[in-house]
Amino acid sequence: MTAILNRIKVALGPDMAGPGFALIAVLVIFSLASPQFFSWATFGSVAFQLPELGLLTLAMLLPVLTGGLNLAITFTANLAGLTVAWVLQQNGGADAGPFAFFLGSVLGVGVGALSGVVMGLVIAYTRAHPILVSLSMMIFLRGLGEFLTRGGDVSGFPAFLQPLGHGSILGFPVPLLVFIGCVLIWHLLLTRMKLGFNTYMIGSNIEAARYSGVNTRKVLVLVYTLSGAMCAIAGIIMLARFNSVRVGHGESYLLITVLACFLGGVNPFGGFGRVIPVAVALVVLQLLSSGLNILGANQHLATAVWGILLITVMVLRFAAGHFKSLKRKKG
Amino acid sequence: MTGRESAKSGQKPLLSLRNINMTFGGVRALKDVSFDVLPGEVHCLAGENGSGKSTLIKIITGVYRPQDGAVIEFDGQTYSHMSPVTAQNSGIQVIWQDLALFPEMTVAENIAFQTLLGRWPRFVNYNAMREKAVKALARLDVTLDVDRPLKDYAIAQRQIVAIARALVGEAKLVFMDEPTASLTQSETDHLLDIVRTLSASGVAVVFVSHRLAEVLEISSRLTVLRDGALVGAYSTEGMTQSRITELMTGKTFDQTVRARNVNANPVVLEVEALSRPGQFEDISFTVRRGETLGITGLLGAGRTELALSLFGMLKPRSGTVKLEGKPVHFSSNRDAIAAGIAYLSEDRLSLGLIQPQSIADNLVISSLDKIIAGGLLSDSRKRDLVAQWIADLGVKIGLQTDAISTLSGGNQQRIAIAKWLATDPKLLILDAPTVGVDVGARAGIFDIVAKLAETGLAIILISDEVPEVYFNADRVLHMAKGRIVDQFLPAACSLAEIEAAVYA
Repeated sequence: MTAILNRIKVALGPDMAGPGFALIAVLVIFSLASPQFFSWATFGSVAFQLPELGLLTLAMLLPVLTGGLNLAITFTANLAGLTVAWVLQQNGGADAGPFAFFLGSVLGVGVGALSGVVMGLVIAYTRAHPILVSLSMMIFLRGLGEFLTRGGDVSGFPAFLQPLGHGSILGFPVPLLVFIGCVLIWHLLLTRMKLGFNTYMIGSNIEAARYSGVNTRKVLVLVYTLSGAMCAIAGIIMLARFNSVRVGHGESYLLITVLACFLGGVNPFGGFGRVIPVAVALVVLQLLSSGLNILGANQHLATAVWGILLITVMVLRFAAGHFKSLKRKKG
Repeated sequence: MTGRESAKSGQKPLLSLRNINMTFGGVRALKDVSFDVLPGEVHCLAGENGSGKSTLIKIITGVYRPQDGAVIEFDGQTYSHMSPVTAQNSGIQVIWQDLALFPEMTVAENIAFQTLLGRWPRFVNYNAMREKAVKALARLDVTLDVDRPLKDYAIAQRQIVAIARALVGEAKLVFMDEPTASLTQSETDHLLDIVRTLSASGVAVVFVSHRLAEVLEISSRLTVLRDGALVGAYSTEGMTQSRITELMTGKTFDQTVRARNVNANPVVLEVEALSRPGQFEDISFTVRRGETLGITGLLGAGRTELALSLFGMLKPRSGTVKLEGKPVHFSSNRDAIAAGIAYLSEDRLSLGLIQPQSIADNLVISSLDKIIAGGLLSDSRKRDLVAQWIADLGVKIGLQTDAISTLSGGNQQRIAIAKWLATDPKLLILDAPTVGVDVGARAGIFDIVAKLAETGLAIILISDEVPEVYFNADRVLHMAKGRIVDQFLPAACSLAEIEAAVYA
């Protein structure tokens, strides 16, 4: 048993053990509890719901790896969505063409990135704490968004956007494909690019990184810019899924994204964490919520169970670490 | 063996340890160690890193529990093991190397907070705390503003705060772990005076220090550990530095002056009238290819600031820097690295290396372009590059992916040197390269430095330990109060001459 676990650890990395174990546990428990769990309907619902939370979690991941946080993710996403909606409305609303959507998306990603640039610059040059900076940005964006929309929904989009939120290609939901694409890009960024390498180094010790010749300010600005751009992609997917934009969409996801990062083995103080375990952690959270749904549990209860799961994971991690050090002492 | 001195003096030891054994994960950290400290004496505990000094201190202070059969006698009481509370209540205090202070709290709070722990009523009496702190500082003959936060003070003063805290705890026995590592000579002298005062008032002090000169100056007896076993307890009378080194390492080192004449080599770095008011003034010197230029002087002489200015991390106010004849202006250290200047930080723990990250990543961080293949970082190139440097510099490691913090000081420093060599520098600035490195491993570091100089690298070796620059540099500049005050050629002068000038 331990031999198998060790082989898995070597193959997938030690941070995969937690999320992997949770995934297996959730699959086993729910298939025993409900015969309907192992069905296309379950996996369909997971596949469609996962991407919104998933994309926002990717946006949260980069700042967390630098030892920071981006609390403005949901409002950045919705402001980017609003930008797309505005461009579509300017070009005929429901009759707008694909080019208008393309233009809107480019502008939307630009708006998301801009929010990130501003936060990145402030954090890099004033050394203010990322929590305060992104909290300020969050409040600014919320106020701005509510002012622009008068607190209501913006809807009435062209029909060709429907597949982006609900369609499938070869049986794979389009939002899921977008999410998988973004996971791969993030994975490549963090494992094979200088920016990713420097992100980890900064997360562990920004001064030592600077002494080593890392352009720490540039890295911080780029990290928050990419985080903002990823928010925008999440915003566009949400626009297509809900067929509307509202400033408060997905607000409850904010803290879940932080917890998903930690469930995926990311060090809360920065410097360590990989994309793939975080993606698996997201699948676990979504399976849990869909499974409880099938069992007929209340949606709010599902959220409560997420909380319990995360606390359990923290306790188990502590226990595992304790056990290891005990074994070492006795050795 | 161990009882020899105490039997001679006829005094009953304040602290007496017998049969101390300790094992960590199959490794025996201490093997049947005995240790005696007499009341009021200054005793030095010597040994290389990993020899078991810290483990022994942690057993005495109750952090670790020794294996069964241990006997600890302190102040007339016998224990099989200590606990941190018994140790403190019976008057054993430790000043750890990292000081374990709270930078955000005031000096008074740092000094006196322990005395308030566990008292009823559980309110904080700031006036009593201030009073205690002021009294303790007065005993050390130091004036600090006790209401200012500790972070306003430099390391040297924080050290004094830590000592004051031990005094407040009514200590009978004080352990000092590398207390002078970050002090200037005058501060060290002051500290040694304090230690003498403590000793005269009946407090025994156990000194752990790498600086053998001050060990000999201050302590009356010496206990040496090697590889977790007791080598012996000795009187420091008639003991020499080289004898202590031999006892600690089990090897003999003969230091010879390595200075060569490199005046025929072309000039790599030319500094002219470089000034940064308040830190250094009117600095002019040259470094040639293959030359090792030593810069020595007390802490605060402006050596590190000068180095950081050459490395592009501080901006000089006036003066010129020429690299291979061309004037250079760096707007950041990235420019300096690109131009061929490397700087090994004096603070390896927090600035030199990224301690939690892997050995491999620490080695390649400054030369990522070398491991890029097809636009992306290549793991196999990284592995090869790291393996090559580890072999070249003789670094002992487990896995490349292990955290660098798992390595000994000497091996960490080799990785830090490799990190800079990987950037293909023309000039390597080594700022206090042996801080926190064992005596035995220091020789290895300087062997590397000598080899690098042979290959034509220009090296600036900064150290406040005069013997280091004397034996390893071709030329020595003496810096004091921000100016270069003198130049020495080790081939043509004695160590004592330079020491007299620097410590005057």
